[in-house]
Amino acid sequence: MPVKRPEKTPMPVREPALRAHDFKEVNDGYTIFHAAFEAERCLRCQDPVCVDGCPVHIPIPDFIHAVAIGDMAGAARILRGANPLPSICGRVCPQESQCEERCSLGTRLAPVAIGHLERFVADWERTQAPAAPVRPTRPERIAVIGSGPAGLVCAGELARLGYPVTVYEALHAPGGVLRYGIPEFRLPKAILDWEIGVLKSLGVEFVCNVIIGKTITMADLFGRLGYTAVFVGTGAGLPQFLGIPGEDLNGVMSANEFLTRVNLMRGYDFPDSDTPVNVGNRVAVIGAGNTAIDAARTALRMGAEHATIVYRRGESEMSARLEEYHHAIEEGVQFQWLTSPLAVEGTADGWVTGLRCQRMRLGEPDASGRARPLPIDGEEIVLPADNVVLAIGTTPNPLLTRTTAGLLVTKTGCLVADEETGLTAKTGVFAGGDAVTGAATVILAAGAGKRAAHAIHESLAARG
Amino acid sequence: MAKIIEARRLTPVTKLFRIDAPLIAEAAKAGQFVMLRVREGGERIPVTIADYDRAAGAITIVVQEVGATTKRVCALEAGDEILDIVGPLGVPVDIAPGGHVVGVGGGFGSAALLCLMKELAARGDTTTAIVGARNKDLLILTDELRGICTNLEICTDDGSAGFKGFVTQRLAQLIEGDGPGRPDTVIAIGPMVMLRAIADATRAPKVRTLVSLDPLMVDGTGMCGGCRVSVGGETRFACVDGPVFDGHQVDFASGMRRSKQYVRQEKEAIERLACATTAAAVR
Ligand SMILES: Cc1cc2nc3c(=O)[nH]c(=O)nc-3n(C[C@H](O)[C@H](O)[C@H](O)COP(=O)(O)OP(=O)(O)OC[C@H]3O[C@@H](n4cnc5c(N)ncnc54)[C@H](O)[C@@H]3O)c2cc1C
Ligand SMILES: Cc1cc2nc3c(=O)[nH]c(=O)nc-3n(C[C@H](O)[C@H](O)[C@H](O)COP(=O)(O)OP(=O)(O)OC[C@H]3O[C@@H](n4cnc5c(N)ncnc54)[C@H](O)[C@@H]3O)c2cc1C
Ligand code: SF4
Ligand code: SF4
Ligand code: FES
Repeated sequence: MPVKRPEKTPMPVREPALRAHDFKEVNDGYTIFHAAFEAERCLRCQDPVCVDGCPVHIPIPDFIHAVAIGDMAGAARILRGANPLPSICGRVCPQESQCEERCSLGTRLAPVAIGHLERFVADWERTQAPAAPVRPTRPERIAVIGSGPAGLVCAGELARLGYPVTVYEALHAPGGVLRYGIPEFRLPKAILDWEIGVLKSLGVEFVCNVIIGKTITMADLFGRLGYTAVFVGTGAGLPQFLGIPGEDLNGVMSANEFLTRVNLMRGYDFPDSDTPVNVGNRVAVIGAGNTAIDAARTALRMGAEHATIVYRRGESEMSARLEEYHHAIEEGVQFQWLTSPLAVEGTADGWVTGLRCQRMRLGEPDASGRARPLPIDGEEIVLPADNVVLAIGTTPNPLLTRTTAGLLVTKTGCLVADEETGLTAKTGVFAGGDAVTGAATVILAAGAGKRAAHAIHESLAARG
Repeated sequence: MAKIIEARRLTPVTKLFRIDAPLIAEAAKAGQFVMLRVREGGERIPVTIADYDRAAGAITIVVQEVGATTKRVCALEAGDEILDIVGPLGVPVDIAPGGHVVGVGGGFGSAALLCLMKELAARGDTTTAIVGARNKDLLILTDELRGICTNLEICTDDGSAGFKGFVTQRLAQLIEGDGPGRPDTVIAIGPMVMLRAIADATRAPKVRTLVSLDPLMVDGTGMCGGCRVSVGGETRFACVDGPVFDGHQVDFASGMRRSKQYVRQEKEAIERLACATTAAAVR
């Protein structure tokens, strides 16, 4: 029987004062006792509305029930059947606007902590003996371009269906944003490595340091390399700049550059690792999405004394995960809401000294449905800063589309692909994830990879 | 991993490597570069493809020791492996055929002229290479370039070989009609100070000038924006939009300033490497 408790079972977390200065994971994770205790709260609704909120429709009450009765293996099987990256999604999904937002408990009480439970089950799974390696059984070879969540999930599903799959990755290590963007303190790289290990045991081959469209063309993949179908999961990695004065000053960088230097290149380990990162005492981060919060929290961990989020809209328009926002506040990140950057100021020899900003107020809703920020005349401030980090969005990388004929691209650089199947304008080429949607979420990318894998399978099965 | 087939010292601070990299050799064109990394935890550094040999599946690079990573690269020998190498990156050089192209190389830039001059000569362009160094011992690949180009112009600061003076001075003479004569296009590869001087020299006489920029890079794939340069008032990413740009449109002052962002850390890295090397030698 469900047990009525108004609050979620709290996630054990490391002390803010301790964790704000290292890169170890912030959340310790549920123990089996926490998990069983929380699982009891689920009502096992007749009409589980939580499932509608999950982009990959995990049978949420079923896996939670399995946890409640202590059947972890069963819970893991149910989770993986619907979501091939539960250990990652349990950690990084914006649950408050997806599964947990819909949970029927949520109308009066706190919703069931679906994400925490998902994470618990996936972490339990990692302590078990690995599944026996399997060999491909199908003759058609499939190429996957990009090793972010879309590519990883697509490769995994195809391998489970018996196809030999090769994943091509431009960088020297696989994982996409999971590797270079989301920091260790939210998503330990060991978890990503474990998931990649599972794919390898399914026979998926990873080839890093190859850029499709540069090293090898799309035509080569179908031609001399003999692939039957291709999935494009190249993400939306191209950082945008504001175009304000002073953006070329020393100390200004994109969040992608900052996070890549720290995560992919291990800049926190300089000079034992070779890639340096410039972090001064005061770091101003422009934007208020997950990327911005990650950059601000990373700046503190890299030794900055002050990290400030500068956002032209208000707190309620912020798009970051709620849990990260709370953690950031606890760790001492400061927030300047309704503040819009005008120019980066610097010394005569070109180093950043501050960020000049315009104070804003909220007006009528704009096209995105959010209140439009309007300038308050005459109210300008200068925030002292040694670094300015821009986290104002990214667009799809043009490396592939510039060199491949037959792919259709929207004005914003997104690939045109069928929402259900991922099929593009080019025969045999499927696409999904941020490359199609623009910057979105891990679970949406994973869902698109999964649907495309099944569409590829169907198109090949139909050929006989 | 890519195996080094041949490693040859050209000067005390530059070394040529032939690397087994069939995919890159197959796709490479003049003006493009690779990113490479030589140890776990190592930096990714951009290096120009000096030459490619599609039949042998090999590329040639020339690396000049300026800091910790380039020193690590130059410590490698034939038979060693390069941990990571990716490319070809950047956009190939685009020059209208049929004219007189003058390639100016400073430092490792002379090496980068190899495949460019070969490509241009093969389609019938008149080619002149101007290469410069402080003295004749620091000149690199002059024999190879002489074999490829219609004309080779050597400049040394001290006059120990060829023209006594800077490459820019010799270039100015050519533009006046001296030697092989006025170029239709100038392309310059080398340190940013030299590129700026070249662009200044060709601006008034209105000679089309391409420069291959070498800003700091992290990924080389368009993902970080660290390599951004201002060209004609617009922000461009050198790794995906370049590295070759119209020299008369580049904001060199901003570019040179941005190259110095990590000077302090670069010094720290080289001092540490020196300590480690001394310690190893003592042991
Ligand atoms: C800092 C940061 C924090 C985030 N936090 C969250 C979060 O908490 N929750 C959440 O749900 N989402 C978050 N996101 C968004 C999420 O990470 C992305 O939506 C997701 O990773 C997109 O997956 P993808 O597979 O489409 O592409 P990516 O993860 O971008 O991977 C694409 C890969 O393709 C490679 N590639 C590109 N072009 C080529 C080519 N031509 N040849 C070979 N390889 C190529 C790239 O190098 C890259 O590795 C965050 C993003 C960032 C940047
Ligand atoms: C497109 C491109 C092509 C290149 N081709 C070659 C090549 O063919 N051969 C070659 O030897 N080098 C080439 N470079 C330069 C090379 O990448 C740098 O020398 C290297 O990254 C330096 O690394 P380091 O750790 O050894 O030195 P660092 O410790 O990073 O730097 C040491 C010193 O060199 C200066 N420096 C570092 N990088 C640059 C740069 N990009 N431009 C000017 N000064 C710099 C620093 O300010 C510092 O004073 C190229 C760069 C680019 C962007
Ligand atoms: S995958 Fe994400 S949205 Fe779906 S149940 Fe898990 S945490 Fe919720
Ligand atoms: S809506 Fe909430 S209570 Fe109902 S099944 Fe889903 S998680 Fe359980
Ligand atoms: S080096 Fe990162 S975008 Fe060019």
